[in-house]
Amino acid sequence: MSTSDTGGLVNQALSVRVFGVGGAGGNALTRLLLNPPGDARLTVMNTDSQALNASPVPDKHSLGATDMRGLGAGGDPAMGQAAAEADEAQLREMCQGADLVFIVAGLGGGTGTGASPVIARIAREAGALVLGVVTLPFDCEGSRRRKQALLGLEHLKAEADGVVCLPNQKVFKMIDENTSLADTFEFTNELIADGVRGIWRLVTQTGLINIDFSDLRSALKGRHAESFFASAEATGPQRAKEIVEKIMSSPLLEGGEMLTGAQSVLVSIMGGADLSMAEVNRIMEQVNRRAEGAHLILGAAIDSHYNQRLSVTLVASRFQVDAPASPDTIETQRTVAEDAPEMETHFLKRQESVQHTQRFVAPPPELSAEKTQELLQARGLVGGGRRRKSANAFQQQLPLEVVSKGRFEKSEPTIHKGEDLDVPTYIRRGILLN
Amino acid sequence: MFDSANIIVGLEIGTSKVCAAVGELNENGALSVIGIGQARSRGVRKGEITDSSLAEEDIRNAIVEAEQMADVEIRSVYLGVSGNHLRGFNNHGVHPVVSADREINEDDVQDVVRNAKAVNLPAENYVVHAIRQHFTIDGQKGIQNPVGMLGARVEVDVHVVHGNLNRIRNSIRTVKGLQLEVEEVVFGGLASSLAVLNNTQKELGALVIDFGAGTTEYVVYNNGVVKHTGVLAVGGDHISNDLAYGLKLPLGRAEQLKIEQGGAMMDEALRGKNIALANEVGLPSRTVNCDHLRRIMSLRIEETLQLIDQDLARHGLHEYLRAGVILCGGGARIPGIQDLAERVFQMPVMLGQACSINGLSDALKQAEFATTIGLVKFGSLQQKGKAVRGGLLSGIKDTIGALIPGRRG
Ligand SMILES: Nc1nc2c(ncn2[C@@H]2O[C@H](COP(=O)(O)OP(=O)(O)OP(=O)(O)O)[C@@H](O)[C@H]2O)c(=O)[nH]1
Ligand SMILES: Nc1ncnc2c1ncn2[C@@H]1O[C@H](COP(=O)(O)OP(=O)(O)O)[C@@H](O)[C@H]1O
Ligand SMILES: [Mg+2]
Ligand SMILES: [Mg+2]
Repeated sequence: MSTSDTGGLVNQALSVRVFGVGGAGGNALTRLLLNPPGDARLTVMNTDSQALNASPVPDKHSLGATDMRGLGAGGDPAMGQAAAEADEAQLREMCQGADLVFIVAGLGGGTGTGASPVIARIAREAGALVLGVVTLPFDCEGSRRRKQALLGLEHLKAEADGVVCLPNQKVFKMIDENTSLADTFEFTNELIADGVRGIWRLVTQTGLINIDFSDLRSALKGRHAESFFASAEATGPQRAKEIVEKIMSSPLLEGGEMLTGAQSVLVSIMGGADLSMAEVNRIMEQVNRRAEGAHLILGAAIDSHYNQRLSVTLVASRFQVDAPASPDTIETQRTVAEDAPEMETHFLKRQESVQHTQRFVAPPPELSAEKTQELLQARGLVGGGRRRKSANAFQQQLPLEVVSKGRFEKSEPTIHKGEDLDVPTYIRRGILLN
Repeated sequence: MFDSANIIVGLEIGTSKVCAAVGELNENGALSVIGIGQARSRGVRKGEITDSSLAEEDIRNAIVEAEQMADVEIRSVYLGVSGNHLRGFNNHGVHPVVSADREINEDDVQDVVRNAKAVNLPAENYVVHAIRQHFTIDGQKGIQNPVGMLGARVEVDVHVVHGNLNRIRNSIRTVKGLQLEVEEVVFGGLASSLAVLNNTQKELGALVIDFGAGTTEYVVYNNGVVKHTGVLAVGGDHISNDLAYGLKLPLGRAEQLKIEQGGAMMDEALRGKNIALANEVGLPSRTVNCDHLRRIMSLRIEETLQLIDQDLARHGLHEYLRAGVILCGGGARIPGIQDLAERVFQMPVMLGQACSINGLSDALKQAEFATTIGLVKFGSLQQKGKAVRGGLLSGIKDTIGALIPGRRG
């Protein structure tokens, strides 16, 4: 484990807040509430007091209550922005002491689109690591909403440490085409909730392999990442193989293609006491193969409720090469932003297979088979109710080294005829060890 | 106690080490190395300073050590530079001889070389060297020293090495921050070649490769002059990083493993063998597959050499290398690299040793000191050149001052 400045930080002590902003954000939190991520504090925020009152999430904040009188932003992001700015002091108060803040919203309307970047800025100024988890509108919602959403995405990316993006349209590929709009939204909300849970688990859960909060932070901090994610579950003897297939075929990752251009990939693996290191390795090997050159961050945890079940959440990020768009440059970038992010992705993929920004870094070392055995046995000795405590004990036994900075992090990449020579030769030549 | 004019100091700010060597030139023109100082380098990546305060500290330590050993006070250095930004190419200069008697004098030589140096380069570039190759007088080629000869038109071929002005300035500024003067900046690979080649090898034609930690520099000689130079920002650090990645080891361990167990060639005898890594407190013991270790290393080294080979092929230089390839730099210590290089270049490969300097203990003949020793040798050639006017390398000291405005005292 990297003994960095936050080395003394116990994961459980992390203060996590989840803000659901606007109608879509609130709905996603309703799903999250069904199976909430530990002691993360959930808060719904809206300019629309009716929607707020209808939410089962107990912690509510009425955005811009004095000026907007609870009537909603009527699809105008400027209203959403003004509402959040009017509440700056209260929002700052709410972010006080938070280590990690999730901002969940559907982009395209007024509240989520306009308020999220403001909230992100406030949370970041308060010292939190800020992750946005947002949807982009369906194609059928029209080009105005779509433009508005993409513009909002740019703003959010400029303010948050990372933004995980879920284009609603891609969800269509995952469901029956006759599904009602309401059910489709529900399905999307569940995906969003999954994403939040996965990332949360990644940083807070102690287990077989822990991710230091500082690692996540350094992977995302200040780089204005845009990320895509997918989750899957599987059971049975072939579950490791199956789960990889599911993830890789997810339309959200464009059939695994998203991984090719990724600079960093977070993998959160959760299983029962029967989760073996061999399974973890099998999954990581596959991810590694597809995300060549990406910085892999792995977390694996055991939850006694997960017997036979295996669940994986994967977040693939690419960092913005350019400086983040500032609000005044947004207008001129609009033509670029009008292209769907998917297009941007393809573009990047082709361009960046010669990767000018990708750094190759050593991953955390694997556990030996013996150690795994030892760990799993030790686990068996303690009761399920004391999982956290015992997991903590492992952590002390297991000072995993997570090398988060490669030798060449600070220097210019060595590009020779379009090839990044910093990437190990054997990888570029496609030579498999074994 | 020493006449400081006869003290010549070479300073290499390498990626793995900062090294200073003190040379003394006696009345007979013989050069002896009387002191050396070294420090592990922490502020350099790929041959360029990335952390100047760390670099400054390391340079100070190396200089102080060299001063103590040589018992002199170091005031100025010949500074080695490297990095991906350095480029070399051949250029040509022409100059009409104006004197009434048509006898070519030293000024004509300076002028024609200056013309050859007047390369059309972007303003951010700085010419580090314009190394004279051959002169041509009224169409007659292959003249080594035209001074005193008769002619109407003198031409010169030079090999120009240039680099990014700001980066070179950066190195100079760091050195000057320690109250040291910079006599000249010298391409590290060129310095190494001066240390390891004898005159016969330069005549016959040879390739010198300095395989360092962050960069691999190379220089081609033929007919006694520099024909070609190059830098790849790839070196021993890449090998270590590849191993760290492929064997899933921390970088420090990978570096150690590379030095203790590494090799450039695949070895059937290692197939299926494992190396047990030393136990660290609280960590399970680990084994590393020897075959994987070798394969990762071998592929990287082979590729690096191949890139040089391809560059030589592009410039049609293979046929000139009748004395073969000479390896130096820390990478020359990798077991089997000679065999691998012979396979890549299809010619004899030798390990270089700093030569023709007195007082070099065996320790100083080590491959990784080639640059530093070569810098001392470069300095001595310049000093001697000053005495007799016109040496192998054109003087550029005057231009160094211009690099750091207002700080030259
Ligand atoms: N996944 C999902 N997306 C939704 C849901 N409701 C709306 N959306 C999407 O989110 C976008 C923004 O809608 P809302 O969240 O209702 O808008 P808002 O932020 O409340 O803004 P205003 O209503 O204008 O104040 C829409 O364009 C839809 O694409 C939902 O329940 N689930
Ligand atoms: N026996 C060895 N086997 C493999 N690599 C070695 C060995 N000895 C030195 N090296 C490598 O050589 C490099 C240092 O070479 P050096 O010429 O001193 O570099 P630089 O001048 O760039 O500082 C380091 O990467 C080091 O690991
Ligand atoms: Mg609404
Ligand atoms: Mg060197």
